[in-house]
Amino acid sequence: MKKEIVSLKDVTFQYDGQERNALNQVSFDIYEGEWLAIVGHNGSGKSTMAKLLNGLQFPKEGRVTVCGIELNEENIWEIRKKIGMVFQNPDNQFVGTTVEDDVAFGLENMGIPREEMIHRVEDSLNRVKMDQFLSQEPHHLSGGQKQRVAIAGVLALRPAIIILDEATSMLDPRGREEVLETVRALKNEKSLTVISITHDLEEAAKADRMIVMNKGEVFREGTPDEIFSMDEQLIALGLDIPFSVKMTKAFREKGIQLSKHYLSEEELVTELWTSRSRM
Amino acid sequence: MMEKMIFGRYVPADSVLHRMDPRSKLTMIFLFVCIIFLANNWQTYTIIGLYTFLMTGLSKIPVRFLYGGLKPVIWLVVFTFLLQLFFTREGTLVFHWGVIKIYSEGIKMGFYISFRFFFLILMTSLLTLTTTPIEITDGLESLLGPLKKIRFPVHEMALMMSISLRFIPTLMQETDKIMKAQIARGVEFASGPIKNRIKAVIPLLIPLFVSSFKRAEELAVAMEARGYRGGEGRTKYRLLSWKAADTLQLIFLAVITVLLILFRS
Repeated sequence: MKKEIVSLKDVTFQYDGQERNALNQVSFDIYEGEWLAIVGHNGSGKSTMAKLLNGLQFPKEGRVTVCGIELNEENIWEIRKKIGMVFQNPDNQFVGTTVEDDVAFGLENMGIPREEMIHRVEDSLNRVKMDQFLSQEPHHLSGGQKQRVAIAGVLALRPAIIILDEATSMLDPRGREEVLETVRALKNEKSLTVISITHDLEEAAKADRMIVMNKGEVFREGTPDEIFSMDEQLIALGLDIPFSVKMTKAFREKGIQLSKHYLSEEELVTELWTSRSRM
Repeated sequence: MMEKMIFGRYVPADSVLHRMDPRSKLTMIFLFVCIIFLANNWQTYTIIGLYTFLMTGLSKIPVRFLYGGLKPVIWLVVFTFLLQLFFTREGTLVFHWGVIKIYSEGIKMGFYISFRFFFLILMTSLLTLTTTPIEITDGLESLLGPLKKIRFPVHEMALMMSISLRFIPTLMQETDKIMKAQIARGVEFASGPIKNRIKAVIPLLIPLFVSSFKRAEELAVAMEARGYRGGEGRTKYRLLSWKAADTLQLIFLAVITVLLILFRS
């Protein structure tokens, strides 16, 4: 059955000088090979959680286990090899002066021999379709391209898990689609576990499972279908509901019944034109 | 404009000088700066001049780039010449008009010193014109390597340099953006009295500083997440390769040095 790859047990975290806990008694599991979306509005603790997963922060109470290893100060470097992170700002995670240098950065840190490095840099840039830009400088790339390079940098380290920490929130719609498409393709071919932390519910709608965070606690956990069925509550949490869900709701208010509670935009369109022809 | 100043420096071309190892180029420039002081008569200045022009020719850099790079400093060369011309009080008096007295030594020294200056500028700009900043950084890291023994943070310095180089265009774009935002709010950068213009820089600098600190912090987190923990145990992706041309080049420079010592008075 489903094997858990990350598990949080009663995790509590507090930033220095703050009264409120950023995370409060959070427990959940993440399973191997799934795409998990963690949503919540600003200050819900979702980004803090990402930092706890690879030891950028340590919980005040509770345990974080990754790939069967309990996270502590000694083994963070082991864990960081298993978890790759892509951050929000495309510019502020680009370390190298060129694309290839940036992808190589993580490999250099691991002390990988040069021949192997050249091979891996090429391979991972191929996978994100950025191999045409090998010696390009970052300021000549678009935001989406920079994020794809960041993904290549993560891939080169052969991680088991990729965390997207608001990785698409600074991109234009095209860049966003580019990045998500890349991650989706990679996940399918490499059986990666993807954790995407986002406040964009459109993006989360395509995940296998969702966790809604509020005020440092897990508010609800379920499939996107289940989560979107509690639309009123989501709005109360300050989350913006996808357009198709809003449409479905508006239809229902007008007395037009649709087959499912939540539909993707495509499903909705299909449902609409077929229902019209039935009349 | 600023972009041109810093990035217009490297001119890609396929020349012997471009293909040379940055370490040999750095060593060459360093030695050149030392041996140029050996020249003290017309023979030695001819040798060093020929060497400089030979190197310029080998670099295949178009003259207009050299001219563009030299233009801001040419006045300094002229100024040095005039300074030597008017203030040297040795040799025979060749020209006298009012308070202006020009001596033969003054003419000689004027030419010598301004030529020395000119050659120095030409050679050092050849380095930056034929070597990318990152190559220079790698070269320096490798050359300064032995200093690690006395706990000099060579790797950290090199990393700092390469990150700075990487962020110059980013910060440049950001400056441009903030400038436009402030212009939209009525700040005038390009007109008005000097005092106001200097004051106008403040609303430009403050946001730039704030965002730079934010960037630095995020970059540090990203680097740590990618497993960066200092220079120890790190391998290098960029490879410097010392070729026969590099050795030859240094031998050639040694020959020049010997010639200079032989011919100097």
